Amino acid sequence: MKIGTPKESFAGEARVAMTPDSAKALAKLGHSCVIESGAGQAAGFTDAAYEAAGVEVAKTAASLWKMADVVAKVRPPSITEAKRLTAGKTLISFFYPAQSPELLELCSKQGATVIAMDMVPRISRAQKMDALSSMANIAGYRAVIEAGNNFGRFFTGQVTAAGKVPPAKVLVIGAGVAGLAAIGTATSLGAITYAFDVRPEVAEQIESMGAEFVYLDFDGPAQDGAATGGYAAPSSPEFREKQLEKFRELAPDIDIVITTALIPGRDAPKLWLADMVAAMKPGSVVVDLAAERGGNCDLTVADEKVVSDNGVTVIGYTDFPSRMAAQASTLYSNNIRHMLSDLTPAKDGVIQHDMEDDVIRGATVTKGGEVTYPPPKPKVAAIAAQKPKEKPRELTPEERRAQEVAEFRAQTRSQVTLLVAGGLLMGLVGAYAPASFMSHFIVFALACFVGFQVIWNVSHSLHTPLMSVTNAISGIVILGALLQIGSGSWVVMILAALSILIATINIVGGFLVTRRMLAMFQKS
Amino acid sequence: MSIGLVGAAYVAAAILFILALGGLSGQESAKRAVWYGIAGMALAVGATIFGPGVGAYALVILMLAIGAAVGSYVAMRVQMTEMPQLVAALHSFVGLAAVFIGYNAHIELGNVLALKAGLSPTLNDVGQLAALQEAGVKGFALVLAQKDAVEINILRVEVFLGVFIGAVTFTGSVVAFGKLAGKIDGKAKKLLLPTAESPVPFISGHYLNAAAAVLSALLLIAYFSGGGLWALLLMTLLAFFIGWHLIMGIGGADMPVVVSMLNSYSGWAAAAIGFTLGNDLLIVTGALVGSSGAILSYIMCKAMNRSFISVILGGFGAAAGPAQEVEGEQVSIDAEGVAAALNDADSIIIIPGYGMAVAQAQQSVSELTRKLRAAGKEVRFAIHPVAGRLPGHMNVLLAEAKVPYDIVLEMDEINDDFPDTDVAIVIGSNDIVNPAAQDDPNSPIAGMPVLECWKAKQVIVSKRGQGTGYSGIENPLFYKDNTRMFYGDAKKSVDSLLPLID
Repeated sequence: MKIGTPKESFAGEARVAMTPDSAKALAKLGHSCVIESGAGQAAGFTDAAYEAAGVEVAKTAASLWKMADVVAKVRPPSITEAKRLTAGKTLISFFYPAQSPELLELCSKQGATVIAMDMVPRISRAQKMDALSSMANIAGYRAVIEAGNNFGRFFTGQVTAAGKVPPAKVLVIGAGVAGLAAIGTATSLGAITYAFDVRPEVAEQIESMGAEFVYLDFDGPAQDGAATGGYAAPSSPEFREKQLEKFRELAPDIDIVITTALIPGRDAPKLWLADMVAAMKPGSVVVDLAAERGGNCDLTVADEKVVSDNGVTVIGYTDFPSRMAAQASTLYSNNIRHMLSDLTPAKDGVIQHDMEDDVIRGATVTKGGEVTYPPPKPKVAAIAAQKPKEKPRELTPEERRAQEVAEFRAQTRSQVTLLVAGGLLMGLVGAYAPASFMSHFIVFALACFVGFQVIWNVSHSLHTPLMSVTNAISGIVILGALLQIGSGSWVVMILAALSILIATINIVGGFLVTRRMLAMFQKS
Repeated sequence: MSIGLVGAAYVAAAILFILALGGLSGQESAKRAVWYGIAGMALAVGATIFGPGVGAYALVILMLAIGAAVGSYVAMRVQMTEMPQLVAALHSFVGLAAVFIGYNAHIELGNVLALKAGLSPTLNDVGQLAALQEAGVKGFALVLAQKDAVEINILRVEVFLGVFIGAVTFTGSVVAFGKLAGKIDGKAKKLLLPTAESPVPFISGHYLNAAAAVLSALLLIAYFSGGGLWALLLMTLLAFFIGWHLIMGIGGADMPVVVSMLNSYSGWAAAAIGFTLGNDLLIVTGALVGSSGAILSYIMCKAMNRSFISVILGGFGAAAGPAQEVEGEQVSIDAEGVAAALNDADSIIIIPGYGMAVAQAQQSVSELTRKLRAAGKEVRFAIHPVAGRLPGHMNVLLAEAKVPYDIVLEMDEINDDFPDTDVAIVIGSNDIVNPAAQDDPNSPIAGMPVLECWKAKQVIVSKRGQGTGYSGIENPLFYKDNTRMFYGDAKKSVDSLLPLID
């Protein structure tokens, strides 16, 4: 099959769907490639480079569309381009079938097959052709760079001879692929990064990228991202209120806001309202990655950079990936190549359009004159459903306090009971025993108490040394034998001598073995 | 040395002993603490020898020299795996010494009373004392001579108690030593008496202990009311029997509790002797040791989720219902498989048990740890409080093998980390990793805290054969899907792994 890539006709689009490298890989699948002259120019790929990679260069768009069996491009086709899609040809590009039903109708009437790169289902196997993610990744990175370009200060805090620089504070709203990429870029530049998402399960991902998750105190049911294929769903009005309240609270402190909140098939939700922009410091920057779909910020104007009355720059560019055309083209052309390699399982240059395959079925929007959008539900569930997590409920300060008080009371009660019981016992002994006994008894009771207090602190791992050292110390019975050995009776003397002997073995052996053991403990 | 100076030395010694025990809260301070203990003991013994009322110096020094030589020889020669036996053996010495000293006190008391009875009743206290001194009474006997009737009665009780506790400690420790050294079968055994009427053909051995204890109490009354040496002797025999029978009835896995309990007894024996002799240092030290052993026993029992009483009386309680059926089969694995799993793993937790001590595998385990750590893997040890046969047994063995103590963690510190662990290696432990303790309410060990190693991605169990553990309970861990059995002697198994780890 002949794979062809025309020059993008959309004004300002710099990306290209085929690079010399991807063309080489396509050749290995048995395909031949053709490219329109100058198609890769804006992304930094010359015609000569393509020719060197074995790609035929077509002089005009018309000739390319005629030559190619499969046309791979980036943007959805224009009407002119769609009309060039004759029966039997296949188009692979972004298509947005939900937003452009007329185009879809037109293409299906032409009898062409259209594979929409934006319709690739989000399952693990299809990640290699997930162009939305690869483009979002670039957009997230570029958003931070654009913000930095328009932000008059460092990202990282510094203490220099010329004065102290506070670190920039960045808030990322929406932690999808673009959001996470933005978090990673901002933190690696040294900014203090906060991130918010309506799906609580992404908190872990946010934290793993080095940002702090902005928690909302909200009791309602949390969103489960798995139910919507990993995307966010519209939130309830109460939740939205809470969320805006939180943003309003954060706005004065934040230097850079990057919004990436999109809900599939809807206009972008308004999350950064005019009053929040007004609350920000002059010189702050808002980058709205959702500008194409109306924007998350009230002030956003698509494709433009505007400055608010209080000096906040609001960037609404919609072409972030195109602004990094070389990188974006490399990744996108790889996505295309992976799609084609799935379409040519035998690597013989013959496309087998297998409509049983979940990925191919999902991405195909027209085939053989019929509209095949929307696709049926995939056979394999995309993402394992989250198990409902039973989180230990956070106690309110009052409850915690009440608990502490109750615990304290219980402790006091048990201690007082023990003290009273112990005191009564002592009294009982004292009432009958003679004074000489009592003086020893006091010593005994105090020593027991000291022993109890001391031993609780002994480390677990030192229990064996504790045993051997207490064992050595219990050899103190030697004192008894020493006191008796001076007696006149020979029986007493022999028994005392024996006692001294074995108690000494005990003392010396116990201490030495303890020392030996303790000497072995060492740190790594 | 005057009595005042001796007293001062005793106070210093008591404080040094407290510091010695308190210092065991950390590995580094413990090294200093043991010197406090040695200094305290030297001070106490020195002050007593040079204090008043001590004679026969030649004999004392000879005995001290022999004792020190034997003690240091034993301490230097003993293997770290034999530590439990050694500790038990040393306890028996304290017990025996307490018995001897108690008898001495009895004999002296008899002598003094006989002498006193021979004096003319007209003499006053001072005159009596002078007459006794003339008759050659000195040292401890002189102290006895000054006691009045009530004090002598209390003294009798103290002697009786001291001998009783000492005797129980002695035979108990000897049996514990035998069991730990493998000279006596480790299984719990009790004497059983056949009875004619009872539906159960035998009465439990507990009754024998109880009967012996009651008899001892009767003998105390007999001894108290003037009964002579015979009462004391008979009681000693009974106490010997109780100590022997009590420990015979306790199985190997409960030994940590038994050893710390005997440790406690030896302390109480010393304290009782202290009362007899009126020596405060003995009382203080005995009480310190006694309470420390008691707390240690309590900690051990809590780690097994069992009451102290049930451990002491021996054996497990009867199961409330049939144990859960274990399904599946044990899947074995060879050294290559284990090595491959370890090479792939990033985080590894090793759970050693008594089996590692028996096989003397700690050096090999340490070598394995060193190699794995050198390969950049996170290796940690999880120690269950009752792993081994002595509290803290595993820590000592690993320390001997030069495993750094900061990667050796307690159960509570590490139990939550198992789900994030790639491989858990169980070496010679069984009941402490038995999931039945959590899953099966009818299991005899239900409720005992266990190391949740089955939550790791893979579990490798190094074990000699397919038999059950000490408690005879089937371990469902061995049948889990993520468990592989690595049969063979622990040392040989680990050694066979070493060349395969890269």
